[in-house]
Amino acid sequence: MTETPLFTYTLRLADTALILGHRLSEWVGHAPVLEEDLAFGNMGLDLIGQARALYTYAGEVEDRGRDEDQLAYLRDAGEYKNLLLVEQPNGDFAVTMMRQLLYAAYAAPFHGALARSRDATLAAIAAKAEKEMAYHLRHSAEWIIRLGDGTAESHRRAQDALDELTPYAGEMFEVDGIERALIEAGIAVDPATIRPAFERTLDEVLAEATLTRPAGGFSQTGGRSGRHSEHLGYILADLQFLQRAYPGATW
Amino acid sequence: MTLVAGSDAELRRRAWDAAAAVADPEIPVLSIADLGVLRDVKVADGRIEVVITPTYSGCPAMNVIALNVEAAVEDACAVLPKVTTVLSPAWTTDWMTPEGREKLRAYGIAPPQGTAGRRALFGDDKVACPRCGSADTARISEFGSTACKALWRCRTCAEPFDYFKCL
Repeated sequence: MTETPLFTYTLRLADTALILGHRLSEWVGHAPVLEEDLAFGNMGLDLIGQARALYTYAGEVEDRGRDEDQLAYLRDAGEYKNLLLVEQPNGDFAVTMMRQLLYAAYAAPFHGALARSRDATLAAIAAKAEKEMAYHLRHSAEWIIRLGDGTAESHRRAQDALDELTPYAGEMFEVDGIERALIEAGIAVDPATIRPAFERTLDEVLAEATLTRPAGGFSQTGGRSGRHSEHLGYILADLQFLQRAYPGATW
Repeated sequence: MTLVAGSDAELRRRAWDAAAAVADPEIPVLSIADLGVLRDVKVADGRIEVVITPTYSGCPAMNVIALNVEAAVEDACAVLPKVTTVLSPAWTTDWMTPEGREKLRAYGIAPPQGTAGRRALFGDDKVACPRCGSADTARISEFGSTACKALWRCRTCAEPFDYFKCL
């Protein structure tokens, strides 16, 4: 059974939102200060809310009777299509904030563009998500500036985080055959059109943070086709535990 | 209670009034009409559809709001309505009514300031303290007890307060 491009595209967006939302939820109860604990809970909720709307739509597009829960809880790692960036471990606070910055600097203009999609449902979901990603971006940018332009220790950690995560940024701008057709139909976003905004935001924030973007164009890839780092399996073992242990459980 | 079969227009009015009175579960001084969450009530052949929209994508109050709308409309009209959630157009604080803003302020939550525009990457709203009215306030955190609120502090009366963020 082959998947339609629209189903795959929607699922990629949903999986990325869910996995990042889950990663942020892992901070709840562990953040360095109460305000950040609340921030992680809030931002995780935004992303999981976006994921729910996208999964519901993916299920409708697929038309095989799968709902948001079945898509989230009953697919294995190889069927997940999220960006590799979002499954990377939380690491220290600087790593989490750098991952937030890289994703939000991309996702804010991405959803802004998707809000003009010819697909009315994707456009509606994106119009809400854009507003949310705008303050995720503001939040992470403020922290990266504070950390980078802070103490020697916070600067070192922020720079390490940037070096570690930069190879995962390129995947956000890849286009494969599935997307090319949707881009031409005016449904999907051509990521090349939002790359200038991403680069500008990153350059501006990192300059103020006194951080240096690593040279070299090496880029990790594969997440959107189901080839993941080992981390995703551990995330799913946690996220899907209940439905795996007690199939069909409801409450 | 005796129900007189009324026209669709009469049914719609009753259903709207009942749905409009449903309180937001997280900010109970506001009704869903004050918030702009209640978008439409449609009536056709005695069937009622209530259309609501979430404030934030992940707002956990939506399920409770939908259940409370069902109960309120069924009470008022003896018809179980269908509650539909729409995402477009995306909710904005601009839809909050002037009465809603005043109720928020009286409750101790600073209402959203002005209209929601695309804000620059940095820079803050100017928020007056809902308790003493002072403009000498500072943001503590962009995130508060619910998705729609930020945490602020008044430097004049020293009270912390919630600010309903512009979106």
